[in-house]
Amino acid sequence: MIYEPSVLAVVVFFAFVGVTLGLSFWLGGKAKTSEGYFSAHGQIPWFINGVAFAGDYLSAASFLGICGMIAFYGYDGFLYSIGYLAGWIVALFIVAEPMKRLGKFTFADALNSKFNSPGIQITAGLSTLVVSVFYLIPQMVGAGVLVTPLLGFPHWAGVVLVGVTVILIVVTAGMVSTTWVQFLKGSLLVIFSAILTFMLMLRGFETAEGGADGHKLRTLGPFTTKTLADDLGKDESTKQWTLIPADSAWEKTPFVRLKNTEGAVTVWKKEEAQAGKFLLTEAQSLTKTIEGTVIVNGLIKGNKKGEPELHPVGHISKLPGGKEKTGPLGLLSFFSTLQESEIILWPKKVIKEEDGATTTVYYQKPTPGSQVLRPGEHPRFKGIRSNDPIDKLNFLSLMLALFCGTASLPHILIRYYTVKDEAAARKSTIVGIVTIGFFYILSLYMGLGAMTSGALDVTNSNMAAPLLARSIAEWLFAAISAIAFTTVLGTVSGLILASAGAVTHDLMGHLLHIKMNDAEQVRVAKISSVIVGVIAIILGILFKDMNVSYLVGWAFSVAASANLPSLIMLLFWKKTTSQGIISALIVGMVSSLGWILLSEDTFTKVYGLNAEAAWVPFSQPGIVTIPLGFLVLITVSLMTQPKPDKPEP
Amino acid sequence: MSGSQTKRLPLVLFGIYLLLYGGFIVINLFATNLMELTPFAGVNLAIWYGFGLIIAAILLAFIYGIAGADANETSSEVPEKKEVSK
Repeated sequence: MIYEPSVLAVVVFFAFVGVTLGLSFWLGGKAKTSEGYFSAHGQIPWFINGVAFAGDYLSAASFLGICGMIAFYGYDGFLYSIGYLAGWIVALFIVAEPMKRLGKFTFADALNSKFNSPGIQITAGLSTLVVSVFYLIPQMVGAGVLVTPLLGFPHWAGVVLVGVTVILIVVTAGMVSTTWVQFLKGSLLVIFSAILTFMLMLRGFETAEGGADGHKLRTLGPFTTKTLADDLGKDESTKQWTLIPADSAWEKTPFVRLKNTEGAVTVWKKEEAQAGKFLLTEAQSLTKTIEGTVIVNGLIKGNKKGEPELHPVGHISKLPGGKEKTGPLGLLSFFSTLQESEIILWPKKVIKEEDGATTTVYYQKPTPGSQVLRPGEHPRFKGIRSNDPIDKLNFLSLMLALFCGTASLPHILIRYYTVKDEAAARKSTIVGIVTIGFFYILSLYMGLGAMTSGALDVTNSNMAAPLLARSIAEWLFAAISAIAFTTVLGTVSGLILASAGAVTHDLMGHLLHIKMNDAEQVRVAKISSVIVGVIAIILGILFKDMNVSYLVGWAFSVAASANLPSLIMLLFWKKTTSQGIISALIVGMVSSLGWILLSEDTFTKVYGLNAEAAWVPFSQPGIVTIPLGFLVLITVSLMTQPKPDKPEP
Repeated sequence: MSGSQTKRLPLVLFGIYLLLYGGFIVINLFATNLMELTPFAGVNLAIWYGFGLIIAAILLAFIYGIAGADANETSSEVPEKKEVSK
């Protein structure tokens, strides 16, 4: 699709950046000591901290990724919402208060509270860095993906813009400014998502024959395979079309290509009709030639409004009772209406042409609403409907990692040090759960609303929520787009601060044995923030073309495998030793990373190899590596128990 | 609420949620078609259960918050009583 930069979105975004930077410089005086810089002196009010939890946690993956996945596949995206929120139960009931009681600045502080072991501090610091960097990459790439359509800048400009803004926020006032940015972002995200959902309900559903640009998707036929070439051109509806004979790349696909009188080639999908005949339904195609030319629906892709582009899609073809429009809907009738409707989904198929070009065909798939609203339709969740136990294990493993990962994410854990006591830590987690839970409920409405909005971009599922807003009102689009940007700002600032804390507090002091006074610690933390920020910018630009959404999944799996066993056992098993914790951290980190690097997901999406070449049976490591972390900790701890004092003679 | 009850409560609440979450996963894995049933208001079980898990998390969090506040009040009252007895 061609996006015209929204002036209003640019204004709203820069206004937000201006306010947050102004706030950061104003608050800068409160971050002159290491306690101020890393933990805001523990003086953040619990309610502010709770909403900041939401601002920290609801990353681009949550807001854009989940809405996009629901918009293209239905209910399955909501499984992420469920899993992500469930993780907060572990945080509230198991981790929140002990983290506040045991730690000071970093996650490593809490783990090391009973042992004073340099080894724990170093390995936990390294784990923090690894998890934070994996989490940073998709956020930065997300910034670039957003900036191009929304503000009209190139990808690198978006990454640099976000990177520089976040570095300024973190360097000026550390945790104080980071907290306020996250509070603002969390509040705006939930408020505007609620407004968007409310307006979606007011609009209701209506049937359509195409997307929001008014293009009606055509159907030709019925034909038979033998007579298709001859039948084309016989009547008014088909006279402009000529069949292009299928070559080796196309002959085994369900598609045919037709050329019109102007020479433009369009792709159509065969749909079975009665008596051995078939219909041709209009598909969309995007071809990248080896010279780099991009062709959409047979014409060279344009750059301005009115020039050739892919049509926006996503509509309801049938409503219950043959209605054409529902009028305003309620919270439940929204789902019950959709359950009885027929929705046009847009799967894709990639075809390697004989001349080296690659054509992606996006085709219509009329789907009953009942199927859209059931789990197990997305390839990542095929385990739900598969009889293969390996697929089922993969699903179980993902849900386990989501459940265990949240309470192990370093940038979330450090937020427990910003409140004054354990009661405040508990209360702020409760506020976080309410805010995040409310948002995740809205995510299902927004995703399904986008699916039926006629505004979807088939090439970019991440744009589903902003485009849904555009289909309702331009001002809402500006607000949601600007908030999408701030989503990245809030999460990235938390990650950079967690990384800077690990470098300054855990690694430099214990690995390099550098003694620093308070002012030096703050200075080093600020320099570390700049370095981590610059690395994040570089990685965000380097990973531009890579599908990085699953890196968030990596971060969750590594965090859950490396950090959670140590944290839980430290709290609940008196025989835990420092050697046990160090071993569990290392084994959890290495095994989960190793598993991921040898998995089908990485082989196909990163290395470009066949799925069959993968070394491990399923992609999600959690179900193996989380128990492994516990097992290693217990075994090593039992082997390294302190010898009992000899009884006096 | 006594000290041991206060300590046990989060684990009990965690256990309750774990059962609910585990039940959701087990149904998805082994009785998938149940999720397509529409038990109430024309909305399927997958949505009811998903929303239920989110609302349950919020309710359990509130229960813990209220119990925790009671416990804090109780514990903050204890030293005052001691001072009076001096």
